[in-house]
Amino acid sequence: MLDQVSALEAGLAGRPGPALAVRGLSKRFGDRVAFQDLTFEIGRGEVFGFLGPNGAGKTTTVRTLGTLLAPTSGSATVAGLPLAPENAVEIRRRIAIMPEAPGLYLKLTVVENLECFADLYEVPDPGDRIAAALRAANLADRRHDTCGTLSKGLRQRVALARALLSDPEVLFLDEPTAGLDPVAAREVYELIEGLRKQGVTIFLTTHRLEEAERLCDRVAIVNTTLLTIGRPDELRDRLFARTIIVRTLNPLADPGKVFTGLTAVDSWHADGTTGSYVLAVSDSSVAAPAATRALVRAGADVLSIAESHRSLEDVYLELIAEDSEASRREA
Amino acid sequence: MSRRRIWAIVRKEIREYRRNRSVIYGMAVLPLVFAIQPLIAVLRLSTEASGGLAHEHVLLYMLGIPTLVPVFVAAYAVAGERQQGTLEPALTTPVRGDEFLIGKALAALLPSLLIAYLVFGVFVGIVEVEAAPNVAASVMQPADLLAQLLFTPLLACWTVWVAIAISTRSSDVRVAQQLGVLASLPPVFVTVMIALNVIEPTPELAMGCGALLIVLDVFGWRLVSGLFDRERLISGGH
Repeated sequence: MLDQVSALEAGLAGRPGPALAVRGLSKRFGDRVAFQDLTFEIGRGEVFGFLGPNGAGKTTTVRTLGTLLAPTSGSATVAGLPLAPENAVEIRRRIAIMPEAPGLYLKLTVVENLECFADLYEVPDPGDRIAAALRAANLADRRHDTCGTLSKGLRQRVALARALLSDPEVLFLDEPTAGLDPVAAREVYELIEGLRKQGVTIFLTTHRLEEAERLCDRVAIVNTTLLTIGRPDELRDRLFARTIIVRTLNPLADPGKVFTGLTAVDSWHADGTTGSYVLAVSDSSVAAPAATRALVRAGADVLSIAESHRSLEDVYLELIAEDSEASRREA
Repeated sequence: MSRRRIWAIVRKEIREYRRNRSVIYGMAVLPLVFAIQPLIAVLRLSTEASGGLAHEHVLLYMLGIPTLVPVFVAAYAVAGERQQGTLEPALTTPVRGDEFLIGKALAALLPSLLIAYLVFGVFVGIVEVEAAPNVAASVMQPADLLAQLLFTPLLACWTVWVAIAISTRSSDVRVAQQLGVLASLPPVFVTVMIALNVIEPTPELAMGCGALLIVLDVFGWRLVSGLFDRERLISGGH
């Protein structure tokens, strides 16, 4: 499955191999496990969400893949190069990392910050690249502002512009909207969506599940180990049964007679609320019309028939709760 | 090694210093302390008293400038970046550890040398113009002038490496500056002893000190290079 996805994405992007391939990667600091046995692949041009609670090892994973920390065990290929000390400089040339804190030189102007990093990346035609990065981050009119005078949202945009300077093959965004108000966060979303359209591979760590659901092609949920990986809708389907919620004006006289044996309905139960029923279905596009016909035949006053929507947040909370429970049992 | 990346660090550092008042004041006040006292002493001497200067080496006092001035900026090099959260973004770029350190060292060394030579030039100029006729000639001993020119970069270099070494191990800029000043005191002490003629300056001593400083400068560079551990700096020494 993973290989099929990789091949498809590689084909779409027109370049061979995954942007990132991780095999059994682990990192320990003494006795403390930061993350262990991570295995996943990211196709070129994919936006990949890396979700997990505080202390799950998200930032350490980014730092390890970005060659700032050496892995304790396992292997990885980053932007086509094996993760090894001798490739560190070349890997850093091919990627860009935007850390959680923007880390700008606050006494320098926006353009001075970008000039410094354009030189560190040895970007050809730095003037043009800086202008393009400023345009991409909607900062062209703030280029001569001192970074110390900018709002948090603007600083985050400068950090994003800085990450775009080198035209990276893989862009790591570590909590890019942490601490931003909804308007500033939306601006960052729009920037990321723009990058996605340009085919930039993005590795996004986040706490914001609506952000992952909105931006990511696939997500991984981690809590020092990889709990699951897949497309958000796949994860929902994998974890939760598909259900249809039926609401009627009055309770049905014999709901069993109405729902039992309907096509594509596996089981049903009353929801507790008067006149509300939950049907577990194998295919909602077949089950919903069948249920509607049965309700009409029974003379029920139907208020609504709707497929229940489980969010990525439900998936996340379920998995983290299961993991915590398992850890407690082990302890 | 990439010159462009080294100069990116140098240019960024110098831009930051220029906008940092505490650095400007620190780099301005200290040279004045080392220049004004000997200047007043020399200007107050009469022609008759100039004979006593033949056994003193007033100019050597000013070697304190290149020995102490670089501490203010070099101690900031790594600790300052860690403190303001700018170290991680810089280290995620292709910059190598050596390039980063050389950029930091040059950014501390170049302004310090400029200040040291400038203050020395002003001192010499004022003495030439304002001091009593024989006093100027007694102060400007060729050997002392040569020592000033040659030892200034060697001493400044030593201070830069010591301060950067402390900076890589410290998370607080002020602590790094204070420790850096302490570490720079031995060369200042030796210089003052020579200036006061407690240690007699001879060509052999000068060559010995020069050779020792070159060795220490190379050792300092090796030490700093070894202390610069990207992982420890990023993870905070887990």
